[in-house]
Amino acid sequence: MKSADLRAPTIGPDSVAHQARLLDLWEGEGGIAGFFSTVDHKKIGVRYIVTAFAFLVFGGLEALLMRLQLAGPDRALLTPDQYNELFSTHGMTMIFLYASPVLSGFANYLWPLLLGSRDMAFPRLNAFGYWVYLAAGIFLYVGFLTGNGTNDGWFNYVPYASRPYNPGLNEDFYSLGMVFLGIATTVGAANFIVTAFRTRAPGMSIDRLPIMVWGTLTASVANLIVVPAVSLAFLMLWLDRQFGTQFFNTASGGQPLLWQHLFWIFGHPWVYAIVLPAMGMVSDGLPVFCRRPLVGYSLVAASTVATMILGFGVWVHHMFATGLPGIGLSFFSAASIAITLPSAVAVFAWLATIRFGKPVITTAFLFFSSMILLFVIGGVSGFMTASVPVDWQLTDTYFVVAHLHYVLIGINVFPVVGAIYFWFPKMRGRMLDEKLGRWNFWVMFIGFNLAFLPMHITGLMGMPRRVYTYGPDMGWTTLNQITTVGGFVFAVGILLIFVNVAKSWSKGRIASANPWDASSLEWSVSSPPPPYNFAVIPKVASRHPLWEGRLPANGRSSLDQGMLLDTGKETVGTTALDAQPDIILEMPEDSLAPIVLALGLAGVFAGLIMKIWLLTAVCTVVLAVALIWWLWPRRELREREAVHG
Amino acid sequence: MTLSSPAGYLNSAGPRAGAIVPLTWYMLIVSILVCVIIGWVLWRAVRAARANGGDAETRAVAVEEGANGVHWIRNGLLISGVPLAVALVWTMATLAAVSGPPEHPALTLDVTGHQWWWEVRYDSDQPDQIFTTANEIHIPVGRRVLVRLHGADVIHSFWVPKLTGKTDTIPGQTNLSWLEARASGVYSGPCTEYCGAQHAHMMVQVVAQSPSEFEQWRLRQLQPATPPTDAASQRGAALVEYRCGLCHQIRGTNAGAHAGPDLSHIAGRRMLAAGLLPNSRGTLAAWIENAHGLKPGNQMPNQNLTGEQLTDVLAYLELQQ
Amino acid sequence: MAEAASMSAAPALPVGPIGRHGVGLWGVGTLVASEAALFAYLLFAYFYLCATAGPNWLLESAPSLRIALPNTLLLLASSGMAWWGERGVLTQRRGQALWGFGVACLMGAAFALVQVYEWHSRPFSFGTSSYGSLYFLTTGLHEAHVIVGVLVLAAIFLWTALDYFSPRRRLSVSAGVLYWHFVDVVWLFVFTTYYLTPYLGFGR
Repeated sequence: MKSADLRAPTIGPDSVAHQARLLDLWEGEGGIAGFFSTVDHKKIGVRYIVTAFAFLVFGGLEALLMRLQLAGPDRALLTPDQYNELFSTHGMTMIFLYASPVLSGFANYLWPLLLGSRDMAFPRLNAFGYWVYLAAGIFLYVGFLTGNGTNDGWFNYVPYASRPYNPGLNEDFYSLGMVFLGIATTVGAANFIVTAFRTRAPGMSIDRLPIMVWGTLTASVANLIVVPAVSLAFLMLWLDRQFGTQFFNTASGGQPLLWQHLFWIFGHPWVYAIVLPAMGMVSDGLPVFCRRPLVGYSLVAASTVATMILGFGVWVHHMFATGLPGIGLSFFSAASIAITLPSAVAVFAWLATIRFGKPVITTAFLFFSSMILLFVIGGVSGFMTASVPVDWQLTDTYFVVAHLHYVLIGINVFPVVGAIYFWFPKMRGRMLDEKLGRWNFWVMFIGFNLAFLPMHITGLMGMPRRVYTYGPDMGWTTLNQITTVGGFVFAVGILLIFVNVAKSWSKGRIASANPWDASSLEWSVSSPPPPYNFAVIPKVASRHPLWEGRLPANGRSSLDQGMLLDTGKETVGTTALDAQPDIILEMPEDSLAPIVLALGLAGVFAGLIMKIWLLTAVCTVVLAVALIWWLWPRRELREREAVHG
Repeated sequence: MTLSSPAGYLNSAGPRAGAIVPLTWYMLIVSILVCVIIGWVLWRAVRAARANGGDAETRAVAVEEGANGVHWIRNGLLISGVPLAVALVWTMATLAAVSGPPEHPALTLDVTGHQWWWEVRYDSDQPDQIFTTANEIHIPVGRRVLVRLHGADVIHSFWVPKLTGKTDTIPGQTNLSWLEARASGVYSGPCTEYCGAQHAHMMVQVVAQSPSEFEQWRLRQLQPATPPTDAASQRGAALVEYRCGLCHQIRGTNAGAHAGPDLSHIAGRRMLAAGLLPNSRGTLAAWIENAHGLKPGNQMPNQNLTGEQLTDVLAYLELQQ
Repeated sequence: MAEAASMSAAPALPVGPIGRHGVGLWGVGTLVASEAALFAYLLFAYFYLCATAGPNWLLESAPSLRIALPNTLLLLASSGMAWWGERGVLTQRRGQALWGFGVACLMGAAFALVQVYEWHSRPFSFGTSSYGSLYFLTTGLHEAHVIVGVLVLAAIFLWTALDYFSPRRRLSVSAGVLYWHFVDVVWLFVFTTYYLTPYLGFGR
């Protein structure tokens, strides 16, 4: 073999000259061009988080408007149509544009740092995923802002979503927007999977992965497999609406329940996809403040995977009232009750970690530990709806609304805010204000429970979800008023995050590389990390590289001595299970191809919604050309022979 | 604040909903206990905190391996397994008890969900015993009533919290539910599958009566329309046939359309517009003149009658007891 | 230099993708997994509708194999040619590689054209019933994959003609050919479902 094919990477120590070489190789362009062409996972990660929080604010404002409408019986602040568009857009925003992307943001930012790598496996694909997410989010909100927001709830049942009952463009925006967004989710999932399996630091075998990686990896595998189901459903709906196909039309052999099956085959795993990575954050963050490793690492990792496997088999519990035969109901009911067990593993592991550790109360700790309780509340209410006969009473009442908010806010928002307090110092190099953090936590915690704990009772008293108003004689008024007050208190809590971030952005205390004395690799590099992440590729010998020597029977990782890889934009690829180095990966430079491709896609979808077929056709050609340009074998990436051509 | 609601289902009024109540309480109590126990354990664990502060305080506490703790996971799973297994067995038993429709129902109804009202058809082997009404279901106390559920437009869900759990009405398929009331009374049920603009105002009411009262009501329903008695109601009858008859039926008159609820014996009903308004002369007038203001998005057009016409129409409709 | 003293060398590693080795093929693998899932849902929809829609759901209880079967064989042969072309790259026979990719590409294009003819000869349209809708959606989405595959084969042909590849540097070839095999395998499932299962009694 020629020397260009094979190289023994130099192993050596970090040095100033070495860092200068790396900076030269890895620092992207500045300015506008640099902004649009960057493939740095850290910048992309922060963009995801910022964009997701923008959508959180939109979704939150929508919720507050609804709470004002429901603050008393027979209020007329909103028309029924406005209310229905608001609750649908609220659900769509929170579930699709906030909950999942915010986790993608943290994973994008943290994964290479956690894994001891210099970037994701496919940096350009990473940038592409973000731009598509942003474009799809804008597409969906263009619908909302032009009065064509989705109006059939986030799960969008047919026939109400079909054209005869829903003649506007509302459902076309939602259908096309969801197909569009599905592309971002899928490429993101693909990237996470390959990154997790192929670009870990040497020695980081699969049993040394941070739990957050387990969570996101599991979620990504699920997304890869289930997102096509919902994309297909929305494509069918759009074709039914615009081209006269008959997928859901009973008069011509179609089936409304086909929608529900396809949607929930996607929908239930999706719920796990937006909580498992957040549970992983808690599994990784909480032990730092308990000053000990997580109890039961292997069990927690295995239960993460087991939850998802079972999660593929419970989708029918969203359809218990659709008249399915009893045998099928029993099966799905049993599976839904059984799924409680793997979820419980994490709860007991966290509790034991606190109990057998030496907890230090910080704001991040408060968010992570309170999440355990919120998780349990959301879990037990889920357990109740798993029982078919009980679900026949509970389903589609505010009990379910309370349940899903405990799941989504309790297991997603609380860990995410905790994660901000935990990792902001790493991202920004400055500490957030702890005192304000306590206010932030308590206002959020009290507001949230004030809003949603009584809502269980509202549900038990029979209030159906998705009603724009209710009568004074139903006995629901007081509870709704409490919920409205709680909702506004919670909103103030959310606001305090922004206040704290704004305050600390340039005035916060300077953060050291490892302010919390945490154990994983991201804390071994400066805060914020350099563009190349790791000056030398670390060699990992234990689950807690930065706590070695303090824990018994640990190997010795090598963090300041390792592969230098400073002759090109390179990182090391490793084998899937035991992470033995097996390839030097040539990483791509910044590129405009991702955003061009995303814009092309946006053009395709814009053409489809406006029925300007020429625009769609032209943009499809642009896409094809951009894709071939992207995939053109490059010498610098060693995709073709240096001596040939 | 009172915790009782006409739609609450923790106190039932019939065997189908009743069989679910103990299971619901069991799961509710287990759930609350779990939350309290976990909360207490968490509180105890956190109260042992070594420090309270920020990063400096965190760094000051040394990292240690600590006790293994895996027994908590094992014991926790073992302890959780017991109430879960009970819930599973109880669920299956309850499912078997309530799911099957009655084999020899005293009465069979065809209930169809429409945007945004309920069509109720009383079936019978004898064609002359069949009749149709809307939004109000009368049943005899202590008898099992089979309900066949049909979908006309979009998906709705039929629910009478105190009598039966939810079953969807889905176009293209017939679902089964059943009702039985232990005691006479009026039991309300809101639609519980989101169905569009007026999902909030789609209430069905089940009126459980003694068998004799029910029989009286049933015979009354079988009667054709009461003819006009004076000049006003005569003019009203003509207007009703000519205007209302475009969409509604009143049996025994020329009003024979089926787009909207059957109005035969409308004056005998408790509520108007699927639970929106109590039925009285004033609300009926308001509804006829301003259906869209009262229930925006619904399919009944505002009638724009003159005052005199409205009085006539009311005079006629009030006769339809 | 004190620094140099602590320098050592790790075992030699390949630089960039060598052979099938690299992250690129993993990427194509995830793409294939996701696309396979898409077609699995399409076939789920077929059997679900078939089972719930009652009798006479099939618009053709004995679909004609006159065009579909030869066309299926054509697609399979195309897969074989692509494999043969890849062998040409591996054995450094550029002529064989060009013939393989070129003919595979043309056969793929021919399949796509014949498929259009097959659509026209159907006695129903996508609006006739849910069966018609699903038939055209499934075969249409497959057709889209065929077109992408033909473009991929054309690109590989071009890059081979430009002498980009060697047995070591050929990830693009292996990835593209893998995708093409996938498109063909998916067709076998679609073909079996729509054209063969009615003969086995499903839906009749």
